[in-house]
Amino acid sequence: MMELIAKTNIDFMGKRRYALLVSGLLIAFGLFTVVQMLMGKANLGIDFAGGTSVQLNFERPVEIDEARRILATGGFADAELQEFTGTGKLLVRVKRTNTIQEHVATDIQAAFKAALPDNPFVVDSVTEIGPSIGKRLQKDAGLAILLSFIGIVAYIAVRFEFRFGVAAAVATFHDVLAVLGLFAIMGKEINLLLVTALLTLAGYSLNDTVVVFDRIRENLRRRHRETLEEVMNRGINQVLSRTIITALTTQIVLVALVLWGGEVLHDFALALLIGIVVGTYSSIFVASALVLVWRGRPGRIIAQETNP
Amino acid sequence: MAARTPSSSKGPKASPGRRAITGRFLAVIAVGLVSLGYFLPSLPPKLVPASIRGMLPGEGIHLGLDLQGGIHLVLQVERDVAAQNFMDRTAEGLTGQIQREEIEGVTLTREGDYGIRVSTGGSADLREKASKLIEDKYPLLAAAPGPEESLLITPKPDELARVRTQAVTQAVETIRNRIDQFGVSEPLIQQQGEDEILVQLPGVAEPERAIELIGKTAVLEFKMVDEEARLTPGVALPPEDEVLYRRVVDPATGQELDREPYIVRRQAMLTGDTLTDARVAIDQFNEPYVAIEFDPAGGEIFARVTGENVGKRFAIVLDGNVYSAPVIRERIPGGRASITGSFSSAEANDLAIVLRAGALPAPVEILQNVTVGPSLGADSIRAGVLATLVGFVLVVLFMLAYYRLSGLIANMALMLNLVVLMGALAALHATLTLPGIAGILLTIGMGVDSNVLIFERIREELRLGKTVRLAVDQGYDRAFVSIMDAHMTTLITAAVLFLFGSGPVKGFAVTLSLGIVINLFTAFVGTKMVFDWMNARRRLTTLSI
Repeated sequence: MMELIAKTNIDFMGKRRYALLVSGLLIAFGLFTVVQMLMGKANLGIDFAGGTSVQLNFERPVEIDEARRILATGGFADAELQEFTGTGKLLVRVKRTNTIQEHVATDIQAAFKAALPDNPFVVDSVTEIGPSIGKRLQKDAGLAILLSFIGIVAYIAVRFEFRFGVAAAVATFHDVLAVLGLFAIMGKEINLLLVTALLTLAGYSLNDTVVVFDRIRENLRRRHRETLEEVMNRGINQVLSRTIITALTTQIVLVALVLWGGEVLHDFALALLIGIVVGTYSSIFVASALVLVWRGRPGRIIAQETNP
Repeated sequence: MAARTPSSSKGPKASPGRRAITGRFLAVIAVGLVSLGYFLPSLPPKLVPASIRGMLPGEGIHLGLDLQGGIHLVLQVERDVAAQNFMDRTAEGLTGQIQREEIEGVTLTREGDYGIRVSTGGSADLREKASKLIEDKYPLLAAAPGPEESLLITPKPDELARVRTQAVTQAVETIRNRIDQFGVSEPLIQQQGEDEILVQLPGVAEPERAIELIGKTAVLEFKMVDEEARLTPGVALPPEDEVLYRRVVDPATGQELDREPYIVRRQAMLTGDTLTDARVAIDQFNEPYVAIEFDPAGGEIFARVTGENVGKRFAIVLDGNVYSAPVIRERIPGGRASITGSFSSAEANDLAIVLRAGALPAPVEILQNVTVGPSLGADSIRAGVLATLVGFVLVVLFMLAYYRLSGLIANMALMLNLVVLMGALAALHATLTLPGIAGILLTIGMGVDSNVLIFERIREELRLGKTVRLAVDQGYDRAFVSIMDAHMTTLITAAVLFLFGSGPVKGFAVTLSLGIVINLFTAFVGTKMVFDWMNARRRLTTLSI
């Protein structure tokens, strides 16, 4: 029998102080980004901010500085550029809260056509988002995040007890914030696909936490003179191999997606790749620790068997 | 509360007999085959010959615009303008009616967005007459008394609502008409919300042209040029005149060079409502122009007005822009005219289409345009398929190396997962998008999870020294709760994404939620069946896991 993780007996709960430090830092980054978003300073994608993006595929690669110069001459000094190394592909983004009737996409193409007559291009994609749609997509995304959190907390509260539900939700929120913060530091933009990735990550991370909680609940039902902390440690250790292997197989497909999935899905897959590392960490170190540090009267599951 | 042993809630079931296993086996095979039948038509024709394709159900998986290339537009109908236009026309009709009824001394002016002010010069008698006229002939208008014995006429709320609603449905019809004439296969045109129209044009890659074709209001008017009036700074134009411009465009670059002003009568002598046909023709200089034809009533008016105005010019105005202003040489009978301008043949063709399909009841604003070129779409399919295959093969190899024979069983379940998911997508007419492919890939990664949970639990039970049969049964039983909980939480997220997501989010949610449900099925029916079958053949003492 091949085993990556043999039977372990690690004192995860005992390391909760370090974990809370690391997590505090991750959450701080995330919250900082959220504050930036609320203040309108974050790097929002055009689907949220409104604007135009045009992806051109040139016959020969165009120097990014030259492209910037051409765009500036064409009146688009504020354009953001992204190149895809080794290809003639160039992504131009202009964030303006203008109406689509202003032909930004056409003007960008005209600027390149005029400046580079002997390097023809095909238009890979054009996306124009009016400001009202951007606002609506922001609202929809916010609503989706809120509702899925309420649904999840409710489900876990019913299946376990309220403090597990809250702990799982906080741990999940922690993962989402961490990835959001890391992405902001990496200078990536916050768009609809990133939100999708974050919500998927929420689902995955929760899944992970629930498996751990399930085992802890099972152990609580037949514990013998163990403290809650010991029961938790035992549960986490018991499911540790499953946690690692599932993370590993998911990471395998995500690496494939990052490497070969194409430019559209690259950042999406990258967010999940980072997210699953954080999610695995949080389901081991953070979620149960949160139940443990919760002071107050224990609920039905923790309480049972303590007073037989 | 009494303590419960974990097995008391769901004690290990006795392993089913051979016949039951065969039954389940046949059921799984049947599900797999049906799914395969629905999925196969999605493959390129060279992989699935036409003879086989003919026997298969459905048309395969429908690809989203991001994969097959095309244009996705969201338009907003400016309903307020539609309502204002309606009141403009009502005011004109009312003026005519008042003249016919010979109510002298009354003037009508439009007031605010939807109001018409009837001024009577302080005569209560006139107000009484006008008020009675409205009451008798215009049941959908309301008249309220105002200062100096005037009347303020407004549409009744129901009528206003009707005009606004109708503007959207009429715009949908007009746009559908235009697109049908343009010739796009499988277009999608539908109303969305109160005042939006969603237009999807698969395979079309020129957004500018499509927007021009769909978004042009196309109100065609023929207006006499006022030859006496001059544009002098500081001197107001006569009230019945207005200034319109003709755009002078460089035919090579499409850049606007100049705007040439025309002073024309506000009142159009003829409008596009009376058109019966519009088509592209070529003149003696080999330039394309649009030849139009009026219905008999329109043709008569055109003949009369041109006959009365020989030597003067009339302006052909489309959406407030002057296209040309030819001099009338003689009376033009027969109800034919032509619109010239320096058109390219595509422009002339599109103009003919919009004129034939009729005008939009109100201008539309483009809220969103997402266009994916065919090459990027093909790239995305290639990348998505490659990433899926590589990810799938790597996971399969890992499972095989780690769990041996049990891994092989899990891999078969995974394969079944993928086939059923593809079949379900095709059978349910779901649209597969690029984020959808990512969703499939993710369900592969997570689909293994159920098996990992079960196998790890079986290993634990085996370590406790239990027999293979007991370990397998208890492993499945005890993993069941975790698998259910884990899937339910992910399903909650996926369902919310599906209900509230838009565009890319929705495509992702579709495959993810379908994948999760199918995964539950294969984990509990598929793999358990194989273990039971192995156990039923002979009592296993060791298990390759």
